[in-house]
Amino acid sequence: MKPFAYERASSPKDAAAKAAKTPGAKFIAGGTNLLDLMKIGVEEPVHLIDVNGLKLDTIEATDDGGVRIGALVRNTELAADTRIRRDYPLLSRALLAGASGQLRNKATTAGNLLQRTRCPYFYDTNQPCNKRLPGSGCAAIGGFSRQHAIVGVSKSCIATHPSDMAVAMRALDATVETVRPDGSTRRIAIADFHTLPGTTPNVETVLAHGELITAVTLPRPVGGVQLYHKVRDRASYAFALVSVALILQPDGGGRVALGGVAHKPWRKSDADAALPKGAKAASDALLAGAETTHDNAFKVTLVERALAATLAEAKETSA
Amino acid sequence: MKFDTPATTNPIDQLKVVGKPVDRVEGPLKTTGTARYAYERHDVAPDHAYGVIVGAGIAKGRIRSIDTARAKSAPGVLAVVTAENAGKLGKGQFNTAALLGGPEIQHYHQAVAIVVAATFEQARAAAQLVKVDYERTPGAFDLKTAKDKAAKPKDGDPDSAKGDFAGAFAASAVTLDATYTTPDQSHAMMEPHATIASWEGDKLTVWTANQMIAWSKGDMAKTLGIPKENVRLVSPYIGGGFGGKLFVRADAVMAALGARAAGRAVAVALQRPLIMNNTTHRPATIQRIRIGASKDGTIQAIGHESWSGDLPGGGPETAVQQTRLLYAGANRMTATRLAVLDLPEGNAMRAPGEAAGMLALEIAMDEMAEKLGMDPVEFRIRNDTQVDPEKPERPFSQRQLVQCLRTGASRFGWDKRVAKPGSTRDGRWLVGMGVAAAFRNNMNMKSAARMRLERNGRVTVETDMTDIGTGSYTIIAQTAAEMMGVPLDRVDVKLGDSSFPISAGSGGQWGGNSSTAGVYAAGMKLREAVARKLGVDPSKATFEGGNVVAGGKTVALSRVAADGELVGEDTMEYGDLEKRFQQSTFGAHFVEVRVDAATAEIRVERMLAVCAAGRIINPKAARSQVIGAMTMGVGAALMEELVVDKRLGFFVNHDLAGYEVPVHADIPHQEVVFLEETDPTTSPMKAKGVGELGICGVGAAVANAVYNATGVRVRDYPVTLDKIIGKLPPIG
Repeated sequence: MKPFAYERASSPKDAAAKAAKTPGAKFIAGGTNLLDLMKIGVEEPVHLIDVNGLKLDTIEATDDGGVRIGALVRNTELAADTRIRRDYPLLSRALLAGASGQLRNKATTAGNLLQRTRCPYFYDTNQPCNKRLPGSGCAAIGGFSRQHAIVGVSKSCIATHPSDMAVAMRALDATVETVRPDGSTRRIAIADFHTLPGTTPNVETVLAHGELITAVTLPRPVGGVQLYHKVRDRASYAFALVSVALILQPDGGGRVALGGVAHKPWRKSDADAALPKGAKAASDALLAGAETTHDNAFKVTLVERALAATLAEAKETSA
Repeated sequence: MKFDTPATTNPIDQLKVVGKPVDRVEGPLKTTGTARYAYERHDVAPDHAYGVIVGAGIAKGRIRSIDTARAKSAPGVLAVVTAENAGKLGKGQFNTAALLGGPEIQHYHQAVAIVVAATFEQARAAAQLVKVDYERTPGAFDLKTAKDKAAKPKDGDPDSAKGDFAGAFAASAVTLDATYTTPDQSHAMMEPHATIASWEGDKLTVWTANQMIAWSKGDMAKTLGIPKENVRLVSPYIGGGFGGKLFVRADAVMAALGARAAGRAVAVALQRPLIMNNTTHRPATIQRIRIGASKDGTIQAIGHESWSGDLPGGGPETAVQQTRLLYAGANRMTATRLAVLDLPEGNAMRAPGEAAGMLALEIAMDEMAEKLGMDPVEFRIRNDTQVDPEKPERPFSQRQLVQCLRTGASRFGWDKRVAKPGSTRDGRWLVGMGVAAAFRNNMNMKSAARMRLERNGRVTVETDMTDIGTGSYTIIAQTAAEMMGVPLDRVDVKLGDSSFPISAGSGGQWGGNSSTAGVYAAGMKLREAVARKLGVDPSKATFEGGNVVAGGKTVALSRVAADGELVGEDTMEYGDLEKRFQQSTFGAHFVEVRVDAATAEIRVERMLAVCAAGRIINPKAARSQVIGAMTMGVGAALMEELVVDKRLGFFVNHDLAGYEVPVHADIPHQEVVFLEETDPTTSPMKAKGVGELGICGVGAAVANAVYNATGVRVRDYPVTLDKIIGKLPPIG
């Protein structure tokens, strides 16, 4: 691990201002991903700004009937919150499908959105990786790519975003609130928050340098049956091969988002619209233009079948 | 003591302590964190520095140049050792590739440098500053393509034949000719390979994690080019080995080199992402099995060929060995072929040979049973043999395979299995049951021990035997207690130090029977010493209740030794009983799985193993061994695979996030039954190995259960959902 400076910020604005001053500075909260990556030399921040003391750890009602989740609310606390369990069960289920109890105790809401890919070549500093070292190439293309993306891929990168929580947030139309180094704030729709790899897979979100997430808000509850179906090789503590976040309304309409298939949580408006027609139609819409590899072609079938099973379960639940 | 005639009645048969499910004698040390593992020996090396190993970034080629200047000048750095400044190194008898690479690189993550610094963090940071310029050369990384160039290995017993296999196979009414593959697998033990090395003048002490003390003492000396007597190796506690710690590895050699260069003790633990390519692994196999049977299910011809690969000078995975012994059949052949691959070094992993071989053979048996329209339990019973089928004059010493299968079938409710695959449904789940035989050979190894009767009446055992989590401390204490007629709490056991008598060590499931037989031999010597001291005939003395009873006198052992400790030391050696009798362990695995009808996710629901493995010295420890092995077998069946990047030549998923092993949620209730058995041909203990039997066949039972649930036959392990999902019926 490279030596780095460490300081604590006194306010969100102070944190953003401090970060903006130092190129290569990073925020640290739970550290469940960043510290691991620093130990193996994948992340090499010269300066860490600890945001843990910033009191961004409450869940509050918003004026429009939704909730504001502080950036530092731990995954365990968020999943167990009675309002979240009652009004946004999809989020609670997605959180509990991820990581382990110990990691969820430490991991934060904002940190979960910002976690890096689990591509094994990204983790191995001997290998080319455009995300870790822009311009070095992509070893996953033509290599071991069973976990990798099938939609929104580029010639530079086929990595997936590993979060479960973010997939639920996408289906729930969350908004990310931030503060910028100049003290101004902005609200970013979750749909726009994560980016596709394109030619710059090292860029993963629209956040500017120094911009700090302060909260994630959810609009007023939409009801319906909310299910999160995570498919994986072992029963626990594994990243999704694919995951399905589904909100099904009594009229057959709803929303669907996928994890494990793209560089960001994956949702398409025409797929939502196709839900009443069934899993095949929705899955075709979600995966239109899919580009698979030998290793991950099975994900196309898996998405359709996992969605069909989730839809069936949702219908059973509401009946 | 030489064991060359079958055992008769002896002190062990009292079974006052042996055979009881006693708790681990060292358990409290482990649960309180006071059993110190290799990396935690701050008590003996309080001022040690830390070493971090740099692994090669290419699979094959050479180092053009290596720049250590920045690392050397980094904060806290005490020394950097590479092949350029390490001095001349030899290669251990048990190593295939050099443990320090350069300029030639033989495999990915082969050690190329160690950076020693005052703190671990400083060493790690500086290790990332070592810059190596490589010249890559092409290598062979794909077993499938290297297979055609595979050769018959020079050593061992690669091939066997009896009768006319080809003719009998062609003439058989029902035949199977199928090819199966098993992937490279990693031991993935909890404790990484770790060592603290310390020099005093030209004498080296290594506190390390190692299964075979004497082998490794010798290989440390050979590698470093120093006399064997200058090496002391200490390994009292080991956090799992599974064959991965049978040998000296880079942690030990690099710690010794780092300590010499830095002039102080150095601690090295291999970082997790390095372990899978730097150390050894179970090699992948391609296995072709042909079975021909008459319509009544009698096997007429059975053939098994296996291909695996290794670095030049390495050895094959002996995946055909069980097929020579497990089932009857007049016409037989086996063949083992070895290809050269430039992947990391292949070597032993829990039940080498059988673990991979049974994965294939026991699917083949399931497929044959189906072709014959027979129940797979009955098909196996039909082809039982009580003699070595290749050498019928050699009987099995004990063979209760049929009893294992029958007992298991009845306890598991096998009669409820529906033979037609894909026909049992419970909600979203497709349910299936599978069976497989378990088979692993028994090996006896020469083993020595020393027993002291202390002046206070306590008994101390010293042997360089290791406890890799198996329960060696406990069964050795039980054996010593039984021999001397004292309660277990009056026995102290000291293990894993090369200054103690040389034992069998831990490997090949030989440790339990062999090391306790060595303690038996030492115990006989100590009994003689006690009798001599009392002036009585040793054969007339009995040892019970902490006393020796002879010639009408009862004397407390503490009184016998009151004026000076008595010592008994001996080695148990073996005659030709294992040539005259085929000594093997047997079992039957029954598994129920559930497969998600939509996603093909597989979850194991129930598991039962029935084992017949000689006298069970400690049923509790033995059960732990078998359930651990069953768990490892579930991993082999459903998830474990070191994925080879065939372009770049390395195992890609080289950490525990990428190389998945079962978690608690994957493992259901596991039941283990031991059949009553004593085997007088193995040793005075009448025991056999059991630690590896549990993994043999269990993965095939899982795969067979998946087939029974879904109707999809997967012949390429691991059985993952992507190999099934495209063949499942539509849902809805």
